[in-house]
Amino acid sequence: MTKPVIEIAGLYKDYDTPAGVFPVLKDVNLTIDAGDYVAIMGPSGSGKSTFMNILGCLDRPTKGEYKLDGQSVKSLNGNELAKLRNKTIGFVFQGFNLLSRSSLLDNVSLPLVYASDNKSLRDEKSKKLLEKVGLGQYLNSKPNQISGGQQQRVAIARALVNQPRIILADEPTGNLDSKTSEEIMDLFNALNKEGITIIVVTHENDIADHASRQIRFLDGKIVEDRRNKKIKAEA
Amino acid sequence: MFFSMLSEAWHAMSANRLRTFLTMLGMVIGVGAVVLMMAIGEGAQQAIKRSIDSMGSNLFVVLSGSSSTSGSRSGSGNSSALNINDANAIGDLDDIGAIAPISTGNAQIIYSGSNWNTSIVGTTPSYFSIRGWNVDSGNLFTDADIRSASRVALVGKTVVENVFGDDIDPIGKTIRIKKSPFLIVGVLEGKGQSFDGRDQDDTIIVPITTAQRKLFGNQIPGSVRMIMAQAKSEKYMGVAEDAINDLVRQRHNIRENTESDFSVRNLTAMAKTASDTAKTMSMLLGAIASISLLVGGIGIMNIMLVSVTERTREIGIRMAIGAREKDILLQFLLEACVISIVGCVIGVGLGLGGALLVKKMVGAEILISMQSIVLAFSVAASVGVFFGYYPASKAAKLHPIEALRYQ
Ligand SMILES: Nc1ncnc2c1ncn2[C@@H]1O[C@H](COP(=O)(O)OP(=O)(O)OP(=O)(O)O)[C@@H](O)[C@H]1O
Ligand SMILES: [Mg+2]
Repeated sequence: MTKPVIEIAGLYKDYDTPAGVFPVLKDVNLTIDAGDYVAIMGPSGSGKSTFMNILGCLDRPTKGEYKLDGQSVKSLNGNELAKLRNKTIGFVFQGFNLLSRSSLLDNVSLPLVYASDNKSLRDEKSKKLLEKVGLGQYLNSKPNQISGGQQQRVAIARALVNQPRIILADEPTGNLDSKTSEEIMDLFNALNKEGITIIVVTHENDIADHASRQIRFLDGKIVEDRRNKKIKAEA
Repeated sequence: MFFSMLSEAWHAMSANRLRTFLTMLGMVIGVGAVVLMMAIGEGAQQAIKRSIDSMGSNLFVVLSGSSSTSGSRSGSGNSSALNINDANAIGDLDDIGAIAPISTGNAQIIYSGSNWNTSIVGTTPSYFSIRGWNVDSGNLFTDADIRSASRVALVGKTVVENVFGDDIDPIGKTIRIKKSPFLIVGVLEGKGQSFDGRDQDDTIIVPITTAQRKLFGNQIPGSVRMIMAQAKSEKYMGVAEDAINDLVRQRHNIRENTESDFSVRNLTAMAKTASDTAKTMSMLLGAIASISLLVGGIGIMNIMLVSVTERTREIGIRMAIGAREKDILLQFLLEACVISIVGCVIGVGLGLGGALLVKKMVGAEILISMQSIVLAFSVAASVGVFFGYYPASKAAKLHPIEALRYQ
């Protein structure tokens, strides 16, 4: 058995709104093993993104325990959380979130800047990853000069550049057509084969079928958690 | 790390060139103004200091005519109340080291076709020691020249330039002052401007006896226009002034509660006032210029706040991929500092250029001290840090999720 990378127990998240306290996550319990490939599904507003943000150490839970690699995240300060986001976790967003003024190479390099790598090492690593996602010929292009699918590849390259052990992707294919979506998913499949733990939020069954485990959120709770019998083969 | 942040700051700034330029302009003008004003102010102070040094130390001038109503009554120096005996009596006072009686006037001088109007000073050799004035070439005249009222003259630099030019050595030449011939025995060393702005080198000095008999005729015999007196040292200045007043009033039989027919001026005190005024002026100029530096700083803060708001999403992205609070803080602080320091460099250049221009156009003395440039730089850097800090810390304190959601 592999050991768990993520252990969530009794997790709550409330938002303070002008209308009062608004509970979004209510007693979420979940364990994810290293190397697993998890799809998170559920209706809009069920708390998937909120949950992902907590997993990604971008937000803190209101209550409950979140252990990453056996280490309780609650006790970590801002700098330590930043380090986790930099080295352990790679985040991929629905809206790509690239820096529009910077070249693709600089976009991919950015996490390395905060990891204090030097310029030549940064460029070397970033170039290798852009080649890996099939964008080796666009190193100096700006994000607005390439397609959405290509932008998402850049974002994945950026998420991978510090060799994280977990990739969190919140609706990574939400802005893409089905063919491009499949290409992105192929990339995730390949990464999972390399041993990276992948957690993908999606609304589409097609996408979720790439994962080996499917979890369904409803109204801030996990209502379904099952192993996928018919994992989609690589295209 | 630092270099990549610096280059990022540079990129961010070049992304919005016009705005960066305008923000920088505030700094440029502020620093330029400070450098220019300090150059002018310090130059003025230096000029005054030099002319005070050239004046001689611990000096009084006793003038005929009352001080308070000099203009309406007789005009100071115009009546002939003072005479050579007053001068000698002042010289005998305990606190006074040396005296020089002086008669002055303007005269036309002629040397083989060139002529020049200049001030003629008739005095005794002690005048030169009191004022610390010596000859560049030739010799001073002596007490023997006073006794014999010989027609010898010492000429100042400006006179030499205008009458003889560069090629002729004036020593041994004869000039005509009011038609009488005078032999030039020496050329005085340059003194520059006096603190009231006169050219001290535009003068000819002759023995007082000669001046009275040959140049300024029709005077009461022995009368002098003024008496220059030097106290033995600075600490006697106060006592000496009172002693001169008492002595000359007594000699002139002036009753109590009546105005004196002469006045005593403490040149050292006047010089100090002039130098204090110059100092105040230069501080005032600096202060006014600093306000524009402050305004420049506020401009930076304003633009940085706008920039932080505009780039909220970028900040969120950076945080999501591992930027720490201090990375974001440093990034924006660096941008503010780059703007202010680049602005400062340009401003220093502009200020120096302006100072040279002022020197050329107005002829005002300027002094560019390393100190003022260092000051401008350190102020600019602190302005960058001070006014950049609030926007930068605002950026660093953003919540990653809220920043990412910002539209
Ligand atoms: N900052 C916030 N303040 C207040 N309420 C919030 C905030 N963020 C999210 N919510 C609320 O929390 C609930 C869950 O939001 P969340 O974004 O996690 O849903 P989701 O499952 O990701 O939905 P979708 O599939 O549409 O992305 C929503 O009702 C939303 O309105
Ligand atoms: Mg969502």
